[in-house]
Amino acid sequence: MTDPVLAVRGLCKRFGALAASRDISFDLRQGEIHALIGPNGAGKSTLIAQLAGGLKPDAGQVILNGDDVTALDTAARARRGLARTFQVSDLAGEDTVLQNAVLGALGATGRRPRLFGNALGPGALRGRAHAALERTGLGDVAAQRVADLSHGQRRLLEIAVALTLSPRVFVMDEPMAGLDGAGALRLRAMLAGLKAEAPILLVEHDMDAVFALADRISVLVEGRIIATGTVDEVRVDVDVRRAYLGDAP
Amino acid sequence: MRRETLFNTALCLGLVAFPLWAQATDQPFLITLATRAVILALAGVGLNIALGLGGLVSLGHAAFFGIGGYAMGILASHAQNYDPLIEWPLSIEGTTSMPVIWLIALAASALAALAIGALSLRTSGVYFIMITLAFGQMFYYFAISWPAYGGEDGLSIYVRNGFPGLNTLDPLTFYGLSLAMLALGLVVAWQLARSPFGLALNAARQSAMRARTVGLSPYGLRLTAFVISGTLTGLAGALFADLNRFVSPTMFSWQTSGEIVVFVILGGVARLFGPVAGAVLFVTLEHVLGGVSDYWHIYLGALLLGVVLFARGGLIGSICGPAVRHD
Ligand SMILES: Nc1ncnc2c1ncn2[C@@H]1O[C@H](COP(=O)(O)OP(=O)(O)O)[C@@H](O)[C@H]1O
Ligand SMILES: [Mg+2]
Repeated sequence: MTDPVLAVRGLCKRFGALAASRDISFDLRQGEIHALIGPNGAGKSTLIAQLAGGLKPDAGQVILNGDDVTALDTAARARRGLARTFQVSDLAGEDTVLQNAVLGALGATGRRPRLFGNALGPGALRGRAHAALERTGLGDVAAQRVADLSHGQRRLLEIAVALTLSPRVFVMDEPMAGLDGAGALRLRAMLAGLKAEAPILLVEHDMDAVFALADRISVLVEGRIIATGTVDEVRVDVDVRRAYLGDAP
Repeated sequence: MRRETLFNTALCLGLVAFPLWAQATDQPFLITLATRAVILALAGVGLNIALGLGGLVSLGHAAFFGIGGYAMGILASHAQNYDPLIEWPLSIEGTTSMPVIWLIALAASALAALAIGALSLRTSGVYFIMITLAFGQMFYYFAISWPAYGGEDGLSIYVRNGFPGLNTLDPLTFYGLSLAMLALGLVVAWQLARSPFGLALNAARQSAMRARTVGLSPYGLRLTAFVISGTLTGLAGALFADLNRFVSPTMFSWQTSGEIVVFVILGGVARLFGPVAGAVLFVTLEHVLGGVSDYWHIYLGALLLGVVLFARGGLIGSICGPAVRHD
């Protein structure tokens, strides 16, 4: 078995009396979609923040491509190939769609941005940005300001920016949230193709999507992973049904 | 043509025509006034790089303005007294050459901006405002208590510094030099805003997390912006000292920092010509209202209040509408 692309070992995080992450260990392997499900407040976003670098764990390690990156900040982890999308879109709202995508392309170069030239002029940056926008179906709205986009378009732009990074791993926090049925289906098709490029850690509430897409599922309840397995294994896990799917025992 | 382009063109034409008209009608005082506006505009263009593009509300830009001013004052006073600047380990003379003074003013303010920025940018929001203010005040009190260069009384320079091939004592010529420096500052600001760096800095202003998520460090971007910003304001300080042939600790005062912020806000934050419009308006008000009442700052205060409450985009914003982002 190949080494996991992203792994977490013994991660713990407390907010005062609240244990948001309790001894979490899991891994994300090449080529897979590993879904992380759990009720609201289970600690999914908190876990993602610790993976991406925005939040320091109290204990435990985050390992990216075999290297311990626990001490690295968000930008350094991004440069090492971790692309993350937010549960609540976090984009440059005054800027255009294209400018946001070019920002990603700029980050992907791994160099300090140049102080001269036109960021939006024809060239590698613009080419990379446009390619990502086309893939997410945002090519037509490239010139629009993010503030004028629909909620769904913003969700797609989050993913487009992640695509510009050509990352080695995707970490997505509820990418389907707020999409209409058609939008969710389109995104589902896209993620299914995307996992060949880089594995995806997918936090998602849309259970149809999770069961259709995930190669493995981990269930997080009150900061603890209570089950990990294939879709079928998790589906039949009684504990999970009780804790999360709301079935009577 | 876009309305803002039209406005900017008219402003440029005005900046060229007004002093020529003043010359033709023999009103050298108005040329001096215009020179003042142009130099203050350059200070504002500098600040606007930090404030407009980077979202860094610096209340300490007087530090750079003053450093530029004192660079001129110190170099020229040594030259006029035939007193070497330092004698050991090698003898360095003062100078009255504008280009040399400008370069030294640029280097000194860049260094200061690097040091101040490196420390201040570890904070943000109101703490950033306070720490930049504190740095400015540090320089202010240092200048007051430094007797070698006039202390509280400041330092008078008797002859305007020279520029090869030009008669800098001619008001129109000195105006032309100042305008050329403003043009240079505007080109720098324009180029930065459209560059990849400007795009990243502007994105980091809107969301630092967004910049980090794509692997860019907001701190590095902001520090670079702060240094360029302070450097341009420092150049303005050197010109300002030459205009008045006088430097004093007032250049370092927090009122000066506040006025530079006012130019930017009056004219329009993050608009290329915002500080130019703001400084021209400020100097005009100062001249016109100052003639009416010693307390003209009250009217200025009311105007500022109006701008902040009702016209966030400043003069340019209210005339030309919200900024159009180029594609
Ligand atoms: N910065 C914080 N400070 C204190 N409590 C927090 C913070 N962030 C999250 N929490 C709490 O941690 C728990 C897990 O939150 P979160 O990770 O957002 O859950 P999920 O994404 O699974 O819905 C919640 O009870 C939440 O209120
Ligand atoms: Mg969440």
